[in-house]
Amino acid sequence: MTDNANASNESGGFGHIATEELDTTHGVVLYLEDISVSFDGFKALNRLSLSIDVGELRCVIGPNGAGKTTMMDVITGKTRADEGTAFFGQSIDLARFSEAEIAHAGIGRKFQKPTIFEHHSVFENLELAMKADKRVRKTLFSALSSSQRDRIAETMKQIRLNDSADRVAGLLSHGQKQWLEIGMLLMQEPKLLLLDEPVAGMSDEETERTGELFLSLAGKHSLVVVEHDMAFVEKIARKITVLHEGSVLAEGSMSQVQNDPKVIEVYLGR
Amino acid sequence: MSRLYGPKGWTLIGVLSFIVFVVFPVLSLKTSPDSSFHLSQYWVTLIGKVMCYAIVAIAMDLVWGYTGILSLGHGLFFALGGYAMGMYLMRQIGREGQYQSDLPDFMVFLDWKELPLAWWNSDQFWWCALLVVLVPGLLALVFGFFAFRSRVKGVYFSIITQALTFAAMLLFFRNATGFGGNNGFTDFKRILGLPITTSETRIMLFVQTGIFLIGTLLLARWIVTSKFGRVLTAIRDAETRVAFCGYNTVHYKLAIFTLSAVICGIAGALYVPQVGIINPSEMSPANSIEIAIWVAVGGRGTLTGAILGAGLVNFGKSYFTQAFPEYWLYALGLIFILVTLFLPQGVMGLLKKKT
Amino acid sequence: MRILLILLFFAAAPVLAIDKGAVEKLASGDNDEKIVAIAALLAEGDPEAAAVLAKFAEGEVVVEGKVVEVVVNNRLRSAVTDALAALGLLSPERATRLEAAKALAGGADAVMLPLVKKALEKETDADIKPLLELTAASMEMKGGDKATRIAAIQRLGTSNSPNSRTLLSEAATDADEDIRIAAQKSLREVQGKLAWGERAGLLFAGISLGSILLLAALGLAITYGLMGVINMAHGELIMIGAYTTYVVQVLFRKTNYFDWYLLVAIPASFVVAAAVGMILERVVIRWLYGRPLETLLATWGISLMLIQSVRTIFGAANVQVENPAFMSGGFQAFAGVVLPWSRVVIIVFAALVLFSIYLLLTKTRLGLFVRGVTQNREMAACVGVPTGSVDMWAFGLGSGIAGLAGCALSQIGNVGPDLGQGYIVDSFMVVVFGGVGQLAGTVYAALTLGFANKFLEAMSGAVIAKIVVLVFIIFFIQRRPQGLFAVKGRAVEA
Repeated sequence: MTDNANASNESGGFGHIATEELDTTHGVVLYLEDISVSFDGFKALNRLSLSIDVGELRCVIGPNGAGKTTMMDVITGKTRADEGTAFFGQSIDLARFSEAEIAHAGIGRKFQKPTIFEHHSVFENLELAMKADKRVRKTLFSALSSSQRDRIAETMKQIRLNDSADRVAGLLSHGQKQWLEIGMLLMQEPKLLLLDEPVAGMSDEETERTGELFLSLAGKHSLVVVEHDMAFVEKIARKITVLHEGSVLAEGSMSQVQNDPKVIEVYLGR
Repeated sequence: MSRLYGPKGWTLIGVLSFIVFVVFPVLSLKTSPDSSFHLSQYWVTLIGKVMCYAIVAIAMDLVWGYTGILSLGHGLFFALGGYAMGMYLMRQIGREGQYQSDLPDFMVFLDWKELPLAWWNSDQFWWCALLVVLVPGLLALVFGFFAFRSRVKGVYFSIITQALTFAAMLLFFRNATGFGGNNGFTDFKRILGLPITTSETRIMLFVQTGIFLIGTLLLARWIVTSKFGRVLTAIRDAETRVAFCGYNTVHYKLAIFTLSAVICGIAGALYVPQVGIINPSEMSPANSIEIAIWVAVGGRGTLTGAILGAGLVNFGKSYFTQAFPEYWLYALGLIFILVTLFLPQGVMGLLKKKT
Repeated sequence: MRILLILLFFAAAPVLAIDKGAVEKLASGDNDEKIVAIAALLAEGDPEAAAVLAKFAEGEVVVEGKVVEVVVNNRLRSAVTDALAALGLLSPERATRLEAAKALAGGADAVMLPLVKKALEKETDADIKPLLELTAASMEMKGGDKATRIAAIQRLGTSNSPNSRTLLSEAATDADEDIRIAAQKSLREVQGKLAWGERAGLLFAGISLGSILLLAALGLAITYGLMGVINMAHGELIMIGAYTTYVVQVLFRKTNYFDWYLLVAIPASFVVAAAVGMILERVVIRWLYGRPLETLLATWGISLMLIQSVRTIFGAANVQVENPAFMSGGFQAFAGVVLPWSRVVIIVFAALVLFSIYLLLTKTRLGLFVRGVTQNREMAACVGVPTGSVDMWAFGLGSGIAGLAGCALSQIGNVGPDLGQGYIVDSFMVVVFGGVGQLAGTVYAALTLGFANKFLEAMSGAVIAKIVVLVFIIFFIQRRPQGLFAVKGRAVEA
């Protein structure tokens, strides 16, 4: 029996990834090759290969069980791949680091179900997420500088929560929670953002604004958006990857993908 | 310092300190025993004991109320601190034991000829004081490191800390372990050369406990109002998110768990000279669970609540066990059930709702 | 008692002529001569000799109709006792012969050798003959010529009794080198066989403890493993089962059917514990689903109240539960290994309970519902499974099994209000070690821990063994948080 739990334990996490600039000399921020993950014989990912360019906004679609969430788990260090390699930039082998280290290195992730700190205020949520020295001793004595306060205020404006700075996050609406989580990702100043169904539960207007936000982020950051809402995908997508049964079925622009016979078969056929 | 408490909070702490440091000592030492203001030794011991419990409750609240880790090993840390202090107190008896030997009585009884290794240097106060901090601290550090690194959490963590406590209890029950077996340590005579039963020594210990209680409260308050404290609460509410924000949650949990264990150890060390006995029953799983219920009664995630809960339950206990001894377990059991069912925020939640 | 029986038997036998000279020697010879005389009387195998010897042991010898008083010292008395036992070897009753053979196997004076040989010639019984051969060998080993001694030593080597070990280790230091070598060789053989017996005994002890742990943990495997309820009052449900057995046993004591009380006690302990469990589930636990830490505290509170209730009703002292006759005593499975019937019955009982649970979970509607609800509560509710009452029945089932465990425990140990407290940590360890939600894991874990405990106990004593096992599990869980039988699954969010 391969020992999944064990593998993820080994990175008890005492080395920190060197904080120098991410090496993206080849223009690629994320590189997955032949990744396989299986749970009790079920192949969640089957030789998945994928690469994301710097500044790219990539949409990933696929039916339930196609392996979208597992892919994100592998990238963020939550699940270990049985086979294959995952590189962040040119030099960081993701298999060797813990979730915290990977996050520290510059990968931010938004979950399907919004996970924010329900008992903290909006301001505190953003403060905790903010890029800073996140070691124990530093947080004991940390105090916010005025530039840091400005950054938080700026992000609150960006996610339209500037009126709710002191509100307890648990009291926000579902859409607002989604936005807060996105705001927290932005505070981390990640190179790569993984967004799992970011517009689920949002009103049309909120969805619209989210799309605009993502488009404005692309270029500065790389984004991978997993979404079921095809209208939303159509609006923001430049390049789309279709996953099916744990591997890439098709890749290309919206129209290329829509006309791909294999995609049609998976989505409509049989 | 304004971050810690508002003016109201500081006033309250000032009043409490005044009572503990001035009023009680005066009432105990300077009044005649027949005066109705006289504070008898019974009350000094009881309040001193409850203050020790309150310290433990704050320590428990830090890990459970704020960080969401329900440890059932805090009774063990408390007892270990107590045993470390007890070793020193046993040595202070000197040759005044029943067998008039340099060795503690129970060793003479077991026909031992010399002190076991664990008792090395135990006649030195500083060494035992060091043990009070180091033994629970190191145990928590090592145990916590393995547990948190392996992502043992929630009820699993509770169960294995309980097993740890249980194993330690069995160990200390053995005579061969070298800590007095069943009977533990008792019949202390002196502390730092002072006779231990006089009112003056008692009040001295009482005041020290008070100082440490207030110190612990301020330290805990400082921690929970810092960013560190906010990370702890965030771990309680959404640990995965904290990790994905780039925090190494293992370090945070380890830090607070170890600190909490050390605080418990010191509380245990203050407790033993006041009650005059330490034995393995202090390590019974029941004791550790009771600590959790003090915190639950007062209100998880509030430091005042922890102190309040420890006070309410323990004064209740000492009243009940005298007035209706056979009903205490019913009352305690009911408290467990009612608080979890109807008072998830504890007494503090009740007070907040009213205002 | 045994001697009396033999005497009665011989008294009824026809009177034959006995060696007059030997009888006279009994009356007037010195002690050595008397011993020889006893042997001579024995060699005849004459039943009348028994009566003579018995009288002699009391200090009287009848010589030609006259009673002569004699002084009988300890040496003579034990010679007579052995002699009387040896005479039993010639009895036509198989039971008497077996008894006599066993008595002599304990080691008897070499003067009995002729009688033993005589008995051996006639003996055909498969149980008795090997015993006699051993006895004969051990006698021949002590005296006689070298060849006989070596042959005897070799024959002893085939034995598996602790006595032969003692005899051979004496001979292994003999002055004669050939004898020494032969004895050492035989000694190794005997020790090898005895070690197997001891190992088998340990194995049994391990299975026995494992079956008890299994019974204690099976209920928990359902309430915690399948339903996810941390029931700290599980131990008290075991205790309730034990007290129910106690009550049933007291009621039966007044009737003539005492030996049958378990037939009532088993279902009664199940039903009472299940009822208590179902009430708890409805009143307290169901409000706390999904809040495991609160459940832990609340059920601990329940356990305190149950303990106090039992103290109030039955008193704080332990109560005595008597085994039915068929469960008392034991049988000898190997040399030196006696298996108590009560333990054997509990092993069988645990297997039966396990099998019933397996059937219940896999073959009945309740089992289907329980598995459905534990896998996906919302979905089960959607397809019309009454999740509320399934919870109640499943919890009742788990509690009832705890009651059965209590019934079993009452047969081998003390029953007191604190009975359950001793089992709660152990049973949680079993479930967690085996892997939560894994019935098979629970079984393996219980047996593994049972063995581990007993083997360590043999090496280092009970308390240390228990501590070592606990510490082992604590570290094991940290290496493999999912237990022995981990189910890998998709990582669940948050």
